[in-house]
Amino acid sequence: MDKVTILVMGGVMSKLGKFFKTFLLWELVQGLRVTGRHLWKKKITIQYPEETTPMSPRFRGLHALRRYPNGEERCIACKLCEAVCPALAITIEAGPREQDGTRRTTLYEIDLFKCIYCGFCEESCPVDSIVETRVFDYHFEKRGEQIMTKAKLLAIGDKLEPQIAADKAADARYR
Amino acid sequence: MIMEWALILLDILLKIAAILLPVILAVAYTTYAERKVIGYMQLRLGPNRVGPKGLFQPFADVIKLAMKEIVVPTGASRSLFILGPILFIGPSLAAWAVMPFDAELVLADIDAGLLFLLAMTSISVYGVIIAGWASNSKYAFLGSLRSASQIVSYELAMGFALVGVLMCSNSMNLGTIIEKQSGGIASWYFIPLFPMLVVYWISGVAETNRAPFDLAEGESEIVAGFHVEYAGMAFALFFLAEYANMILISCLTAVMFFGGWLSPFQGIPVLDNLTSWIPGTVWLLLKAGFFLFLFLWFRATFPRFRYDQVMRLGWKIFIPVTIVWIVVLAVWIKSPFWLWGAS
Repeated sequence: MDKVTILVMGGVMSKLGKFFKTFLLWELVQGLRVTGRHLWKKKITIQYPEETTPMSPRFRGLHALRRYPNGEERCIACKLCEAVCPALAITIEAGPREQDGTRRTTLYEIDLFKCIYCGFCEESCPVDSIVETRVFDYHFEKRGEQIMTKAKLLAIGDKLEPQIAADKAADARYR
Repeated sequence: MIMEWALILLDILLKIAAILLPVILAVAYTTYAERKVIGYMQLRLGPNRVGPKGLFQPFADVIKLAMKEIVVPTGASRSLFILGPILFIGPSLAAWAVMPFDAELVLADIDAGLLFLLAMTSISVYGVIIAGWASNSKYAFLGSLRSASQIVSYELAMGFALVGVLMCSNSMNLGTIIEKQSGGIASWYFIPLFPMLVVYWISGVAETNRAPFDLAEGESEIVAGFHVEYAGMAFALFFLAEYANMILISCLTAVMFFGGWLSPFQGIPVLDNLTSWIPGTVWLLLKAGFFLFLFLWFRATFPRFRYDQVMRLGWKIFIPVTIVWIVVLAVWIKSPFWLWGAS
């Protein structure tokens, strides 16, 4: 056979092969095999309320104000967080405390609708007072509830102090 | 006299209920199976909150749909809008009348059963067109046109595929078609009619508007197709009919090509005796269940066709293939190499 015949034969053969592949639905069967294999694979769903994905100690969720172990609030009203806040979400008013005259905040409010959870307030705080906790699932039911007052923030801090302290300790090496 | 009529009526109604209640329950659990199977194939878990493993999910869905309001759009043709879903679901439930579940277990053992089935599956296209037109919405209208032309086109290929079955069995009675296939797996019609089986099955998928032929509800183009404007129970009727059709096509494939309620172990010495206590219905359901699973498997695997590709497949590939195979089959049946019963 000369070269031309071989080439023509080859072309015909590959066309025939393609024809049979199409008619035997070969590629469709291959696709079915992929999904068929996945049917038996381990499922990767995280069933949220019961399970959660791993979370970093640096997670930036709902805010909290911390206290020292003796019960004294850490915040000294330096207003660094208010100054650094890029979303202007923090409002602070300062004044001497009635009992001992030390400088404290008389008003410390975070508007969570403005907050972008950047964590700058936590970074800027010289006394580790304002922190962002791991809490990310919360909601508001009434207008105005999104304003986190000082009392609310301190309450969250009191409730979550063990977790916050552990996270701070875990992250201390890198700060 | 009246008492007799009432008794006959009651008897018929009971028989209808005895078929339709399991069908509707099967539909409910097909939706559950669909969500589970597709979820598993996508490495998800699927519904698992209502009841153990999510087993009560279908009931939660039904209750939700039943409590929703049926909204009739402004400008819609009110009576036709209500009539559409009824016309769609009626035939798809009526088709079950001729389905043979076991040797003697069939509601209407009519001689033209195959013809009746073809008629019933094609008549439901009226429901689609009426629903799409009466909705007074361009998406519903376009969706109904797409769906209708798709159903009509694939009806042909499907009919031709069934002609092959007819030629083999010499009968339109579904019971007879099954009995002609008795004698073990080798005598089932899927062997001589394999191309017909493929054409029939794919046409069946297209006929029920299921993925990858679900052009009628291409979300990105025409929202939900002909039933966009339907809510609540009216929508549920469309849903029910679609799944009832899926189950019907699966059962029919089992009946036409895989020996219906016949045991696959017929003629094998030991296994035949061991499995003879299993009622035929179980075999039918197992076979149909496999095809039902294929529906879900396809949906999890294949991307949607383009519309002109669907039409090309139906008209330019399936119909020629079936016609050629009918001719081949005619010669084959008359030749001495035919092994599937005298005809």
